[in-house]
Amino acid sequence: MEYVFYIAAFLFLGISFTKDKGKTMQALGKAWTTFRTILPQLLGILLFTGMVLSITNSEVISRIIGQQSGWLGTLGAAVIGSLTLIPGFVALPMCALLLRNGAGYMQIGAFVSTLMMVGVVTFPMEKLYLGTKTAAIRNGLAFLFSLLVAVIIGWVHR
Amino acid sequence: MKYKFFFMMIVLWVLVYIGKPYLAIQAVELTLSNVYQMFLIIPPIFILLGLLDVWVPRQTMARFLGEGSGIKGIVLSFVAGAMAAGPLYGAFPAAAVFLKKQVSFRNVFIFIGAWSTVKVPMFLFEWQSLGWRFAITRLCLNIAGILLIAWVLDTLLKPEDRRWIRQQADDLCM
Repeated sequence: MEYVFYIAAFLFLGISFTKDKGKTMQALGKAWTTFRTILPQLLGILLFTGMVLSITNSEVISRIIGQQSGWLGTLGAAVIGSLTLIPGFVALPMCALLLRNGAGYMQIGAFVSTLMMVGVVTFPMEKLYLGTKTAAIRNGLAFLFSLLVAVIIGWVHR
Repeated sequence: MKYKFFFMMIVLWVLVYIGKPYLAIQAVELTLSNVYQMFLIIPPIFILLGLLDVWVPRQTMARFLGEGSGIKGIVLSFVAGAMAAGPLYGAFPAAAVFLKKQVSFRNVFIFIGAWSTVKVPMFLFEWQSLGWRFAITRLCLNIAGILLIAWVLDTLLKPEDRRWIRQQADDLCM
């Protein structure tokens, strides 16, 4: 399952190659250009994410958004989610653990939602494609929306 | 300076290494596992984007996802985003190819929104780890929220912003 994208890429590359060699090379050239465009940001993002994951374990996070942290905890969770870039398959089990250790659903909702929708670390890359203004508005709206998601998630779990 | 952020991170790492060496060593391991995850997804996605760019004509994309593609365009953009994998930063190069092919701004924002927070495998995983109530509530809210955010962004964009973004998309995926 992990390699599904490689399988798809090679399959389509093969089909493309039998139909038109030139176009296939052109497509590979474009893929390389895209990779090179994002590489400087990508390297920074990888280093930043590794360090953040190293510093913040579930203990540190649960101290901030733990039991009874209320509205301030929800806001804190939303800010942490916006600043960090943790892959979902790491973040979701961590959230499950936090919930078992007494974190509130509202806080976890805020964290999960901003983690996925708001990207402060990826902002330089987003800016490159959408421009500063549009990228800022998109992230701002996503942040506000995540707070609403948190309140409703908290409400359905009350 | 393209590598400014990267060098800032190097400085951060050196400072952490001086202060708390074990945190830096742990960070190396975590970074390597992130790099592995990145290589699992990013290169094939970019190859698929390159093929899409070369093979699918502008008119075809415009017809399905462009201005006037209506509800079908909305659903298609949403499904395309939800089926993608990989972190948020993968969505922007994909969006650039879409923009180059005259996909409407609203649909591009729907695509980015769906990519960021509604992914099919992630949904199942979320259901499993945080419960169905959590996962389903978030899914329903996200569908509404993504459409709303896309609509607001589309409404706020000025003609010169649109020109700039389309031009940038052309330049970035030559």
